[in-house]
Amino acid sequence: MARKITFRQAIHEALVQEMTRDPTVIVMGEDNAGGMGAPGEQDAWGGVLGVTKGLYHQFPGRVLDTPISEAAFIGAAIGAAACGLRPVAELMFIDFMGVCLDQILNQAAKFKYMFGGKAKTPVVIRTMIGAGLRAAAQHSQCLYSLFTHVPGLKVVIPSTPYDAKGLLIESIRDNDPVIFCEHKLLYGLEGDVPEESYIVPFGEASVVREGDDVTVVALARMVHFAQQAADALQRKGIHCEVIDPRTTSPLDEDTILESVEKTGRLVVVDESNPRCSMASDIAGLVAQRAFKALKAPIEQVTAPHTPAPFSDVLEDLYVPSPAKIEAAVTRVREYR
Amino acid sequence: MLTKPQLLQAYTTMRTIREFEERLHTEFASGDIPGFVHLYAGEEAAATGVCMHLGDHDCIASTHRGHGHCIAKGMDVHAMMAEIWGKRTGVCHGKGGSMHVADLSIGMMGANGIVGGGGPLICGAALAAKRKGNKGVGVCFFGDGASNQGAIFEAMNLASVWQLPAIFVAENNGYAEATSSTWSVAGGSIADRASGCGMPGVQVDGFDFFAVYEAAGTAIRRAREGGGPSLIEVKFMRFFGHFEGDQQTYRAPGEVQKLRETSDCLRQFAARVTKSGEITWAELEQRDREARALIDEAVRRAKADPKPAAADLLTDVYVSY
Repeated sequence: MARKITFRQAIHEALVQEMTRDPTVIVMGEDNAGGMGAPGEQDAWGGVLGVTKGLYHQFPGRVLDTPISEAAFIGAAIGAAACGLRPVAELMFIDFMGVCLDQILNQAAKFKYMFGGKAKTPVVIRTMIGAGLRAAAQHSQCLYSLFTHVPGLKVVIPSTPYDAKGLLIESIRDNDPVIFCEHKLLYGLEGDVPEESYIVPFGEASVVREGDDVTVVALARMVHFAQQAADALQRKGIHCEVIDPRTTSPLDEDTILESVEKTGRLVVVDESNPRCSMASDIAGLVAQRAFKALKAPIEQVTAPHTPAPFSDVLEDLYVPSPAKIEAAVTRVREYR
Repeated sequence: MLTKPQLLQAYTTMRTIREFEERLHTEFASGDIPGFVHLYAGEEAAATGVCMHLGDHDCIASTHRGHGHCIAKGMDVHAMMAEIWGKRTGVCHGKGGSMHVADLSIGMMGANGIVGGGGPLICGAALAAKRKGNKGVGVCFFGDGASNQGAIFEAMNLASVWQLPAIFVAENNGYAEATSSTWSVAGGSIADRASGCGMPGVQVDGFDFFAVYEAAGTAIRRAREGGGPSLIEVKFMRFFGHFEGDQQTYRAPGEVQKLRETSDCLRQFAARVTKSGEITWAELEQRDREARALIDEAVRRAKADPKPAAADLLTDVYVSY
């Protein structure tokens, strides 16, 4: 039975269902319960945005609060995964990867290969991405392209409550390390989510809107901006096909290429900075593999090559907007 | 008190490590061995004295100087040798090499090319053991160089906060690459750093197998009984350079020669057990011959073994994709 719940509730529900199903699933992170050692309430926070609230009492001993010590607890999650548990570690903001990157880049990602195939590391690292909260340069990045670059990591970027639940369950059951990126402005988004457990497989893009004129590939919050732009363009008679890859590693190349074969025009929308981004990666893929189908240069709508700014006027300019997407689609549509 | 079979086991393990490393030193000079090789000779008492207390359900995390830990944890010597030669028969199928040799089936979580990388991982191993309730422990070997890495400080703190069955074994072998630990370790003592993380810390003579064995036994028993983590600083000096090819101009003239004459864990061990009458020289010499034969055979086979196939390049990236 589907009913409307938020993106936040969908993630919570996925955790509850997987922790119920599999006793090796544990949760750890900074203030995932909250209140450790303090005189007040235990489970005071349930994570900085309340996603894990309630798990502490529901699953005794399986929700571990950590010191603010990312290298230690992300590495511990990885080590525990290599020793038979299925930890879901919460790295509050993806920006904090800077202090624990070694454990992800050189340890988790490499075990399977450098140990000759004889290791599995079923760890999920849940982390918040994205700008829009006026959180500025150190709390607003996307960085998923950085992890997509690394062989051995899977990278998951849900844009809807339905996908968040199904992809998180798939992530927990997967035997490889997964970087699970949650856009911080999507937590309140409501959508239809079945009550029962289900998975959304990796490497299967979602065609969220069909259209014949222009292919728009977008990730996370940008999927919704692309839809807004597509609504406006439809009123002008331009029909966009909006594709959400949902996972960037593995990437569903076929769905993107087939769409461009049909439309001949591509706009990639990526909230990241532009260089070595998912936008440039997907543009490169299409330029190489669907060259003959292209009727116009590929457009990339991204943040500029700057850190995320603080001031609202600057941040609003920094994040790609529906208007910028609309303008890019119009340019490729009118290109002769 | 160690039984005679245990004493012989300890000696055999140390001798096997020594033979393994001395042989690699010779073979490396011939140019046959690819990549970087960091030798453990001189430090055998540490790996042996700690791992004698461990079983397959206990995990260790090792360092770039990891051959001794592998052998002491029970890794197959031929599979190690083949790995170091980059052969398909290697324990990691030639994809890991000396710095990443691992065998999770015996709780050996890998040598590690990243200094300090094993600290957080062993917290995870200890956490898994605690969750499973199997009385297992995690042992993190790390060097004096790693003792200054944030990951090690963080791991010790977390192990204490979570009261994990973890043992941190600092192998202070005098030098991090070409830098003396007397310069790089502020405060002068790695063991003293334990108190800052709320765990016991002791310093032991790393050339003395019995000292290491005893300290490790205390720490491991404590961990198994739920007493939480400990730190052991093992002090010694390595017999070779940082890596093979290191000219070691940073060392004092005659330093290594003197160490080999006066501070060799194998010599000290042999002198003690023969003097006490527990073991005869003949019994030790037999173990020496067996170790030499084992290494000869491992090298012979490793040299003859096949290299990986081209198709192996693309396998083992993911469990499923």
